[in-house]
Amino acid sequence: MKRFFAFVRKEFHHVFRDPKTMLLLFGVPVAQILLFGFALTNEIKNAHIIITDNAQDIASKQIAAKLAANTNFITHQKQLNPQQIEETFRQGKVKLVVIFPPNFNHDLLHLQKAQVQIIADASDPNTANTLTTYATAIIMDYQKQLWQNTNLPLSIHTDMRMIYNPELKGITNFVPGVMALVLMLICVLMTSVSIVREKELGTMEVLLVSPFNAVLVVISKAVPYFFLSLVNLTVILLLSVLVMGMPVAGSWVLLYAISALFILTALSLGLLISNVTNSQQTAMLISLMGMLLPTLIFTGFMFPIENMPLPLQVMSNIFPSKWYYIIVKNVMIKGLGFTAIWKETLILLTATLLLMTISIAKFKTRLA
Amino acid sequence: MADVILQNIGKTYNKGAVKAVTDASFTVEQGELFGLIGPDGAGKTSIFRILTTLLLPDAGQAWVLGNDVVKNYKAIRQQVGYMPGRFSLYQDLTVEENLRFFATVFNTTIQQNYHLISDIYVQIEPFKHRRAGNLSGGMKQKLALCCALIHKPKVLFLDEPTTGVDTVSRKEFWLMLNNLQQQGITILVSTPYMDEATLCRRIALIQEGKILSVETPQQITAAFPFALYAIKAAQMNLLLSHLRQSPLIHTCHTFGEYHHITFAQNTPHSQSHLLGYLAALSHTQVELKPIVPTIEDCFINLMN
Amino acid sequence: MSNPQAVIWADKLSKHFGEFVAVNQISFSVQKGEIFGFLGANGAGKTTAMRMLCGLLLPTSGSAAIAGYDVYTQTEQIKQNIGYMSQRFSLYEDLTVAENIRFFGGIYGLPDKQLKLKTDELLHTLQLHTEAKTLVSALPLGWKQKLAFSVAILHEPAIVFLDEPTGGVDPITRRQFWDLIYAAAQQGITLFVTTHYMDEAEYCNRICMLVDGEIKALDTPANLKKQHQAQTMDDVFYHLARTAKRTAD
Repeated sequence: MKRFFAFVRKEFHHVFRDPKTMLLLFGVPVAQILLFGFALTNEIKNAHIIITDNAQDIASKQIAAKLAANTNFITHQKQLNPQQIEETFRQGKVKLVVIFPPNFNHDLLHLQKAQVQIIADASDPNTANTLTTYATAIIMDYQKQLWQNTNLPLSIHTDMRMIYNPELKGITNFVPGVMALVLMLICVLMTSVSIVREKELGTMEVLLVSPFNAVLVVISKAVPYFFLSLVNLTVILLLSVLVMGMPVAGSWVLLYAISALFILTALSLGLLISNVTNSQQTAMLISLMGMLLPTLIFTGFMFPIENMPLPLQVMSNIFPSKWYYIIVKNVMIKGLGFTAIWKETLILLTATLLLMTISIAKFKTRLA
Repeated sequence: MADVILQNIGKTYNKGAVKAVTDASFTVEQGELFGLIGPDGAGKTSIFRILTTLLLPDAGQAWVLGNDVVKNYKAIRQQVGYMPGRFSLYQDLTVEENLRFFATVFNTTIQQNYHLISDIYVQIEPFKHRRAGNLSGGMKQKLALCCALIHKPKVLFLDEPTTGVDTVSRKEFWLMLNNLQQQGITILVSTPYMDEATLCRRIALIQEGKILSVETPQQITAAFPFALYAIKAAQMNLLLSHLRQSPLIHTCHTFGEYHHITFAQNTPHSQSHLLGYLAALSHTQVELKPIVPTIEDCFINLMN
Repeated sequence: MSNPQAVIWADKLSKHFGEFVAVNQISFSVQKGEIFGFLGANGAGKTTAMRMLCGLLLPTSGSAAIAGYDVYTQTEQIKQNIGYMSQRFSLYEDLTVAENIRFFGGIYGLPDKQLKLKTDELLHTLQLHTEAKTLVSALPLGWKQKLAFSVAILHEPAIVFLDEPTGGVDPITRRQFWDLIYAAAQQGITLFVTTHYMDEAEYCNRICMLVDGEIKALDTPANLKKQHQAQTMDDVFYHLARTAKRTAD
């Protein structure tokens, strides 16, 4: 055991003494969260929206004027029927259409409630969500003014419709996605590269010619990355809770337990790659092309899997990150418990055991 | 039983396309300082890796300390020390960290076997907090030797420890090896430098994967089949081409300030004939003397 | 010190790395066609000095000219007029012999016609005709080194820098390599050689011995042995290098 700890200590030395590794370890997750969280979601300026005003009365015109005054929007007045709306969205320039029904003001004053319909192109869910939020806020602001002026409980109901992607996948989904991505990056890429580096430097030769169990050499490599991954996970979660304002709905313990399992899956994958490659370049290429890219594509947080052709949908099942992503979404966003995710957990567990067995079986106790 | 035994070992790479070692046999006795001598690509490293259980031989058998290198590789790994050809320590760990790490790997402590390395370690101890990557070539070599010795191995394998190291450090290194040998450690060392051969008790000359000869250096030089002479003159380069053209001469090779020659027919008159031939070609300051062959002479002879 | 005949000329050339003086005021000159041996222990400053002379590293102080070009301002001209060969990098292993010759000829801008002529001549000298289409990685080390040298002088440079060209090469090929060096010297090429083999030091016209970044000896091998009352160059080297105080590279 003492020998094993000596190994682990050495690995920590390697990590902490290489500024580039440290930057990759802690800079990347933070950058990812901030990138997905801010740069890609919130700041939308000068979005083209169309106002279809079937009422043409005082209230609809006042709201239209407020929308036009907002710097986020560039408004166009156009009478569009439902077919025309879809056509406009397809052209891609317009992201949002606000429709006032006939008799808008009349309904508002006499029935004390009126409806505005907001239709958004949700193929880019982040933008769609942000724009509808802006538009709704402006309309609610107008409603508040009405209350102050009239002392009547007049209410404007906004009827929102998302077309192309009604479930708005991707908005709250990037945090689980980034978690999967970062854990893959650290566990697969870093682990495989760090083992292959020993082969390249020739230190593996010396270690092999020692009484120390060679399999333990490799496992000890994984230990620091296991803990660093947990640290990273915490950083991501703290950032998303504190900075992005995205709470963890389910159990934290469950979330960590499942993440630990996924980290093990990824580590075994990293070990397997390092066992079959002999240069850092190859290891890096396999990790990036074979693991990170599919994670990005097949996890479902960038591109909805439902929209993919069937063969790709089937293929997505072999990537562990897909299952982890589903679990995290269920626990973190929907607040579900273990009973809801036991199937996915079982899949991850099986994958881990399988990968570990293969990589230990493939481990070379000699050079060639 | 000898500490190291090779019997008809063969090793090929790329599915037989590259023959690294062919039918190599030799033994290293307990406590012996044994040199494997040959140029780069001769197969030295392959033999070392087979003996240190890092590679499987394609043919033949080998034993280290009575253990078969294929079947009992774990037992061998418990008892040998190995220093690969390139510097194989952690450049980002300090001198002390490297040494402590390797001590722990071999289930021992620096204190336990300090007496073995003390002579060497005192020379690098002033730099013990320096990272290994920032050491000079000679010091890296010493650290690597310390790390290979720390668990008191019975057999020490040193693959080209002096390659690329300057003469001064090389001489120091060989002194260290002699001290270790006197402590009873069996040492197998490889080198491309022929002049280091005489520092070993016995040597194997190796070229293109084949063992040319296994003897003591004295036996190898004594077995040189011709009378060898050293010759020099004012115009060394011209002398070389004249000697090569002369029917009197069998072989002629440059050797530092002299050329070493053997005669086509060695008779009592050979020397005077040659001097006459050279005088006719107006060579001046000609010096011709019989000499004892060096290992390099023997190696060249065996290569042909 | 200035000498119009000198192909390499250095005057009080120094290189500092921060506090560390790697090369300390070295002055020497090398004549056309001379074989100049540059010796020193590991860390004596050989590589640093050589890099300055090749125009790869800017000196801290002092002056030097290579083939008449200044090491501070005319490094591009220097590179056109020198050849360089080291033990580590010499040829592309994954190109054939002919492709390597073509490539290196191309870098120095040899016209196609001349390149073809040179290639044939080179393959003939090295007796590599049958191997023109062989990958360099498949050649024995000794052949690689001979080929690398021939490629380094393909563009007929004024000077060739050889950094441990024969390290690890077998004794026969090592001698054949020196035959090539002699032939190049007779063509008027100046050779600047470092080596760890002391018998090779004897083959040089003059030897420059670097200790702790300074020139401790500079003379013919015969004179050096006389001065140090030594039998061999090995003894001379040992005697001088032992005085070194510096340990770091």
